[in-house]
Amino acid sequence: MEETTQAKQAYDKMVKEASPDSPIVLNCIKAFVSGGIICVIGQLLRNYVERFSLGEDNTALLVSILLILASAILTGTGIYGKLGKYCGAGTIVPITGFANSVVSPAIEFKKEGLVFGMAAKMFLIAGPVIVYGTLTSMLVGIVYYFIG
Amino acid sequence: MELVKAFLVGGLICVVGQILIDKTKLMSGRILVLFVCLGCILGGLGIYDAIEQFGGAGATVPLTGFGYNLAKGVMEEVDTIGFLGIFTGGMKAAAGGITAAVVFAFLTALICNPKEK
Repeated sequence: MEETTQAKQAYDKMVKEASPDSPIVLNCIKAFVSGGIICVIGQLLRNYVERFSLGEDNTALLVSILLILASAILTGTGIYGKLGKYCGAGTIVPITGFANSVVSPAIEFKKEGLVFGMAAKMFLIAGPVIVYGTLTSMLVGIVYYFIG
Repeated sequence: MELVKAFLVGGLICVVGQILIDKTKLMSGRILVLFVCLGCILGGLGIYDAIEQFGGAGATVPLTGFGYNLAKGVMEEVDTIGFLGIFTGGMKAAAGGITAAVVFAFLTALICNPKEK
């Protein structure tokens, strides 16, 4: 028994030495710059859309739709995936990353059929996001209704 | 100036995500779930309003902004139609984004084929 524990510890040590420390500072800088750039693009779009005076909510919605469209095109052409490898969270956290998480499996699983392949797998990540988003929003609504 | 603010706020939110990925080995899907819930709660508490005021698109473009939208939607709906707003507000606010994602995903998947990784 003790021998296996020792072997396990030795193995853990070997793994630790063999796997390089993820360069977290560098990753953070990449995420900061790439995420920041996507948000600046969003701000530029917002400044442009504001000219049509659609109201605050509709302006934000249109900007989101445009970003989702851009992300879909970049995902379809394989560019977003390449950017993602380099940018890390910078391309995951913005709404373009959410769109990518919908578009990417839709393309990937197309060969398994249009219903249980493409359509079902579309919500592989978006599904949980919508489920927990909805639950949280209900929670906020309940609290707001009784306390707010 | 607002571009600089958007860059800083948006960048910082992404850095939080990156730290979570590197430190906790959370998968990106879980990060997205976490960020939406976080944005929603901060929206409900009225904290995200301040972030949005300062950061503009830097606060609305990251997925926390999507959560903030859900919270804002549900509170507005409760204000206008009362109790039932708890059921409709969040989804209504999310409708545009989800529909756009579904439609564009469908069209893209029809046109494009998987790329070699």
